[in-house]
Amino acid sequence: MSDATLTPTTPNPIRVLVAKPGLDGHDRGAKIVARALRDAGMEVIYTGLRQTAEQISSAAIQEDVDVVACSILSGAHNTLLPKVYELLKAEGAEDILFVAGGVIPDEDIPFLKERGVAEVFTPGAPLQAIIDFIEARFPGRGRAAGQPE
Amino acid sequence: MSLDDPDDLGARLLAGERRAAARLLTWAEREDPRAEAVLRAHAARLGRAFVLGVTGPPGSGKSTLTNELVKRLRAQGRRVGVVAVDPTSPFTGGALLGDRVRMNDLATDPGVFIRSVGTRGHLGGLSRGTSLAVRALDLFGCDVVCVETVGVGQSEVDVIRVCDTTLMVLVPGLGDDIQAIKAGVMEVGDVFVVNQADRDGAQRTAREVNAMLDLSHAERRPPVLLASALLGEGLEGLWGAIEEHRAFMGDPRDPASRAAARRRAGARHELVGLAQRRLAERLAALRLNERGEAPLDALAAQVARGALDPFSAVEALLAELGLGSA
Repeated sequence: MSDATLTPTTPNPIRVLVAKPGLDGHDRGAKIVARALRDAGMEVIYTGLRQTAEQISSAAIQEDVDVVACSILSGAHNTLLPKVYELLKAEGAEDILFVAGGVIPDEDIPFLKERGVAEVFTPGAPLQAIIDFIEARFPGRGRAAGQPE
Repeated sequence: MSLDDPDDLGARLLAGERRAAARLLTWAEREDPRAEAVLRAHAARLGRAFVLGVTGPPGSGKSTLTNELVKRLRAQGRRVGVVAVDPTSPFTGGALLGDRVRMNDLATDPGVFIRSVGTRGHLGGLSRGTSLAVRALDLFGCDVVCVETVGVGQSEVDVIRVCDTTLMVLVPGLGDDIQAIKAGVMEVGDVFVVNQADRDGAQRTAREVNAMLDLSHAERRPPVLLASALLGEGLEGLWGAIEEHRAFMGDPRDPASRAAARRRAGARHELVGLAQRRLAERLAALRLNERGEAPLDALAAQVARGALDPFSAVEALLAELGLGSA
């Protein structure tokens, strides 16, 4: 009986905050990721450019998101990303899945993973890999099973 | 630190914990019974906040204007909640909620709580859970709750069921005076503002809306103001017009006030909607008949092959629910 093109909304979509910490003015990557997550059936809250760690953590708390995804191209990842995580932790929100993407050298990734970042997606990472990584953490909350891609 | 228990969560929310308020909003959005439990337990505290609706077409500046109005409320020391609604995709169920982009000034203010909401399949400009979300922010102690609708077209009027005062945000260049006299969203504004008033045609838009409102038979003729949220112009006057409407409506705690009458109408509409949904749930949950068929399916099959008319079938369904006519 169901219409093939119109999909019933999932009652409990995965909520993701896509944020741009610090001083870089390029958000094409963040917008493409935001769009891909949207098309995967997630509710994406986009913060806009030049966010402080405090703004990101505060938005994540108010929006009660499942995931915080930070895009960072400025080179300040080793400072800003652990700070976002510390602020979330201070609010008792370290259960939020924290992922990052952008221009991040391989040698910095182990450091970030020790400081709360669950995964780092560097340039060239397929969008589907980001979607799969998030969906795997929230079984039963992705797009309804059997829906056409 | 579990946020799963409604009793515990209610207490933490009343103590001012933002994460508890955020979780109640999540339950409200999902229409989770735990949201009902918390709101039921604290029903006596509800109804205190002034609820301001902000509606208008996409790109008219609702979020930017809301941001500016909230800053003024904060300067008066009032606690403010914002429920900002954006559309959910009917194709994927996903959404991109971008109203926060215009509200970064408020992101770390402890006296402001902003929540982005997807419509999740509901038409009418709001999500189905919006009225519960407003109650959650009311319970959290917000003095004012701003409800920003999706960008509306011509018929999304749910905002008047939820809000005490509705601000209609218009911009120049969306059509001629015929658009202004059409029924629908143009009828829900208590205060009209032509935003982006630095653009060409703003005066003309204001004139056309004024001409439309001059023909109105409403008890109170809404004012039309010019403003530019981005340039910070016209905002004092706009807030003054909102306060004036609020004073005209009176104190919602006084049953004889216009504000109370509007809230009653909104509650009535909400109750009918809830009753319809509960009825649909109970229909779907009816026990199978002796042939192992769901009563709804069995009756639908009879109607489809012409063996039964739909009106008799409905009577039979209501009888199954114990609601048959005497």
